Amino acid sequence: MSYEVELKHIEKYFGSFKAADDASFGVEKGQLAGLLGPSGSGKTTLLRMLAGLEQPDKGEIRIAGRLVNDVPARERGIGFVFQNYALFRHMTVRDNLAFGLRVQNVDDHTIKVRTDELLELTGLTAVAKRYPQQLSGGQRQRVAFARALAPNPKVLLLDEPFAAIDAKVRKELRSWLREAIHNLGITSLFVTHDQDEAVEVADKIIIVNKGRIEQAGSPVEIYQSPQTPFVADFIGESVKVEDYTQFKGFGDEQAQAGTYQGAHARMGIIRPEFIELAKDEREISLPLGAEQGVVKATYFRGSSMAVDIEVRGQILRAARSLEKEPLQVGDKALAFIHRIYSLDAGQTRIIENRAKRQESVVI
Amino acid sequence: MELVRKLASVKAREKLADGAWQETVVKWSLIFTGAAFLVSMMVLPLVLIGVEAMAKGWAAYVRAVSEPFAQKALWLTAEATILAVLSNTVFGLAAAWLLTKFDFKGKSLLGAIIDLPFAVSPVVAGLFFIMLFGRLSPFYDTLQAYQVAVVFAVPGIVLATIFVTLPFIARSIVPVMEAQGRQEEEAAALMGASGWRIFWQITLPNIKWGLLYGIILCSARAMGEFGAVSVVSGHIRGKTNTLPLHIEILYNEYNFTAAFAVASILVILAVVVLILRNLVEWNLTRAERTGEHEL
Repeated sequence: MSYEVELKHIEKYFGSFKAADDASFGVEKGQLAGLLGPSGSGKTTLLRMLAGLEQPDKGEIRIAGRLVNDVPARERGIGFVFQNYALFRHMTVRDNLAFGLRVQNVDDHTIKVRTDELLELTGLTAVAKRYPQQLSGGQRQRVAFARALAPNPKVLLLDEPFAAIDAKVRKELRSWLREAIHNLGITSLFVTHDQDEAVEVADKIIIVNKGRIEQAGSPVEIYQSPQTPFVADFIGESVKVEDYTQFKGFGDEQAQAGTYQGAHARMGIIRPEFIELAKDEREISLPLGAEQGVVKATYFRGSSMAVDIEVRGQILRAARSLEKEPLQVGDKALAFIHRIYSLDAGQTRIIENRAKRQESVVI
Repeated sequence: MELVRKLASVKAREKLADGAWQETVVKWSLIFTGAAFLVSMMVLPLVLIGVEAMAKGWAAYVRAVSEPFAQKALWLTAEATILAVLSNTVFGLAAAWLLTKFDFKGKSLLGAIIDLPFAVSPVVAGLFFIMLFGRLSPFYDTLQAYQVAVVFAVPGIVLATIFVTLPFIARSIVPVMEAQGRQEEEAAALMGASGWRIFWQITLPNIKWGLLYGIILCSARAMGEFGAVSVVSGHIRGKTNTLPLHIEILYNEYNFTAAFAVASILVILAVVVLILRNLVEWNLTRAERTGEHEL
């Protein structure tokens, strides 16, 4: 597969700190990809190396097939949206947008046409004469986006593009940006630590941890088949259990898996959506496979309730629809665990509840 | 019961009044001490200069100020100041740009070297130039051969002034540049701008108030420089005397009126600089607050 943007075996040290560790990934032409990882995982460093703002110690960076390691930032043809936007504070919005074109010695008429077009696209026409300090966070973000696009870059990079914006505006901007990038068809890569953002916006998610690429794939792939324990734990609202074989329906995994080596061999991850929570047996599809538990805490989530339930000494997180009879702290409840991610030997495996498998055998 | 409560409340009020009274005493004695200090250290000397300068009347004042040696000293001071400010502006910009926009080995060493003139006594700096360019210098013969006089001549005075005022401009813009970070420059670079264009169109407009502030501080210091210049100047009247040196000579000749008259020129210049400084400072804080850069 040929990638528009590709990093191969990138290594980068800051002193003794390893910011990138044999990192390789690619983004296809026209794709909107998200680099997702916790703070300090090295995702911004990867982005900056791609832009040419940092030099990798080892490895190759390719843009449109061309090796660009020794190409200075200003010749890479990259549009970059900084986390804090880095708008030119002494220039108006229009001058900010025009800067990249002026650098290329584009004639005034073309500059006017192009900036008008971008102001229109970003809905900033009314504030074209204002200075960055006179704009709201959302407006600044759009100026930064338009400014990066103005010189028609081959690749657009965005560093935490929504981090400095309040929640409501962020939601709007996310879908706006996704649409704008897809309409333009520009190859884009953005950095985020917010998995909701990555899942919602990106066509492809690249998960970074401690400078390593843990997994790259579509949001569905990442979500449904995490390949490493880190991804399984990081994505979704995960609860780690020390020994999953204690739960009903997972006890005889020993025979199946055959191996129980290593300290974490029985460690597993359970997500809220893997658990079917019920007040009593009438509410549940497979009551025989369900565990008895006690509700320890409930959290209102707006669209649903998050319920912490203690099962066999282990607190599990489950979700409950607001339409159903509410559970109170101290209530007894039933929890049917549909599946568990086992983290055996650093490999993630999905294990379905035996009760379900038997059911399907019967059918 | 009622009586007890009343008594208690009266006591409390007395206590409060006592405390308030004490507070007032402390407040006013501090204000008085501060004011007395300021008057005796700052206001009185300034007033005295004015009074002494005018002691023999306006005509004597004008005569002292317009005397050829005084005029010559004024122009030499102006020359040294302008040259020092020019060279330190270029150097300060380059140094601040280097210190804030790049990472390299020996960065903190460079920062320390820039601050050196703050730490070294000006007299020592003067001696250092004598050693470097005077009779004991290894370059002395070469300089003589080309008939270049550094020590006991104008170039020495300019060099000494540059040395003493070197940190002012760099130190005034480094914090401004540091606060603004590198991202605007990086953004411009990613759009294809050359280093030169980035400097003139992005960095300079962002630091212009800080730069102006540094230039003003540098001018003030350059005009008043005595120690280093005194060592390298040689005190040749009408040739290598700056204003501060001229004042010293007049004073040593017991020509107090003339000494204070010439000193008053320096004071007037200092006051002008202070007013400019306050204007710039006001603009600087306003620019930070609103982000607008207008005069």
